Amino acid sequence: MNKVKWKNICEDKDKRPEVQEYHNWKDLPPIPISFPIKGSIGTTGDWRTFKPIVNRETCTKCGICWMYCPEGTIIRNEEGEFEVDYVYCKGCGICAKECPTKSIEMIRESEE
Amino acid sequence: MVEAQEDFIQERETIIIKGNVAAAYAAKSARVQVISAYPITPQTTVVEKLSEFVDNGEMPGTEYIKVESEHTVMASIIGASTAGTRTFTATSGQGLFYMYEMVHWAAGARLPIVTTIASRAPAPPWNIWADFTDVISCRDTGWMISFAANHQEIYDDVLMSYKISEDYDILLPKFVAYGGFTLSHTSKPVTIEDQDAVDNFLPPLPDERGWPHIFLDPERPMMHGNLIMPSGFYNEFRLKIHHTMLLAKDKIKEVAKEFESTFGRHYGNGLIQEYKMNDADVAIINYGELAMQMEQAVDDLREEGYKVGCVKLRYFRPFPVEDIINVARKVKVLGVADRATAFGSPTGGPVSCEVKSALYNSGVSTQILPIIMGLGGREVTLEQQKNQLKILINLNETGEFPKDMIDGTFWDGLLEVE
Repeated sequence: MNKVKWKNICEDKDKRPEVQEYHNWKDLPPIPISFPIKGSIGTTGDWRTFKPIVNRETCTKCGICWMYCPEGTIIRNEEGEFEVDYVYCKGCGICAKECPTKSIEMIRESEE
Repeated sequence: MVEAQEDFIQERETIIIKGNVAAAYAAKSARVQVISAYPITPQTTVVEKLSEFVDNGEMPGTEYIKVESEHTVMASIIGASTAGTRTFTATSGQGLFYMYEMVHWAAGARLPIVTTIASRAPAPPWNIWADFTDVISCRDTGWMISFAANHQEIYDDVLMSYKISEDYDILLPKFVAYGGFTLSHTSKPVTIEDQDAVDNFLPPLPDERGWPHIFLDPERPMMHGNLIMPSGFYNEFRLKIHHTMLLAKDKIKEVAKEFESTFGRHYGNGLIQEYKMNDADVAIINYGELAMQMEQAVDDLREEGYKVGCVKLRYFRPFPVEDIINVARKVKVLGVADRATAFGSPTGGPVSCEVKSALYNSGVSTQILPIIMGLGGREVTLEQQKNQLKILINLNETGEFPKDMIDGTFWDGLLEVE
């Protein structure tokens, strides 16, 4: 892992750090920054109230959910099936809304 | 990114110009790459002069953006600075208030933007004349705030500002304020420095990689302006701004020294400039153009045999606490004259408040006389300032404050009509 602190960002701007590790205010860069890496804002799956559940029997693997997901949390597995990355899925429900075969159901987390 | 600007031509010359034109010349000498502008009295001629420079090819490569409001002025300047350019704008009074949201953003994003303020009284009642309440209302934004007391200082302080703001250990925006009309629209000789000399004095313009901490570059994608949860480092980033502001005091002193050795003009220690303070019994702190006139008042009273001195406050943020304590230690009575208001605060004047709080627990028991004067461009005469010094002398000799103090503050020159 390429761990980077502020001074390193200053010295070499080409290297994109995978992890920014800071222990206290003195370590911090002048402003909060993040880099486009998986989970840069944390495990956003915690934000979810409704959980999308894919019905494998009716899913036609058209990929529309994958295209519409604003967070890139729908993943195509080796069999070409679509799965949800629940670590990061915020539960917005866009996939369920757009699914032409109504194969995605939004279920309240507590009722799962 | 903006192309390198090779053909900026400026020889050292002394010309008679208005304060606003001096600000425009300073921006040109600093080779600013992006200017965003919206007119407001009394600042308008700053950006008018810059538009002339850009239009007639004297600032090749500089982008001049015309926008529809001051809010957009600062928003566009923030965008330009984030992309890695040296930026400039100017505003006044109500325009600054309209800009205010973005003013906070520029400091939080740690962008080294320099903005001149031709200070103007807040409305209502409508008033477009000198009063520093506008820039002082930006006290807690994280911008450095300095006052220029004469035409040459406007030019010089803008140059120094870029050197301070763009230091990688500082990276904070800065206001340079001067009195609307009193300096903005009066003419005096100003020495414009040779372009090569200014280039050597200032840090190099940011290259295509921009600033070290923030950039807009598709090859190096970065997200900034992020959300921080209450459990995140928000407190710590705020602490960094405060801490940096205090660190900037040393940088300001260093740059003032370097400026003096390069261009030969002296601005005290950078934060304050003392005048005849060594043997003074009483002294007064001023800022802006009235600090210059006060030097004349001190000279006049010295001729009458009084040991008086004065101090020109150059910086409001960061506030020169240590220097003010030293000044207070030298005298028995210290007046603080504000051309600005701080309604409801302990003294009514913003700087006298700061001075009093700086002296708390410092072991210095100097008497402080808060003075407010010259609001909304009301003329403060030399006689008035000499009278202020005499009030301080009387306070020192008899221990008596003036009888017409109002709520602990001496409001000088209130109208009384028969």
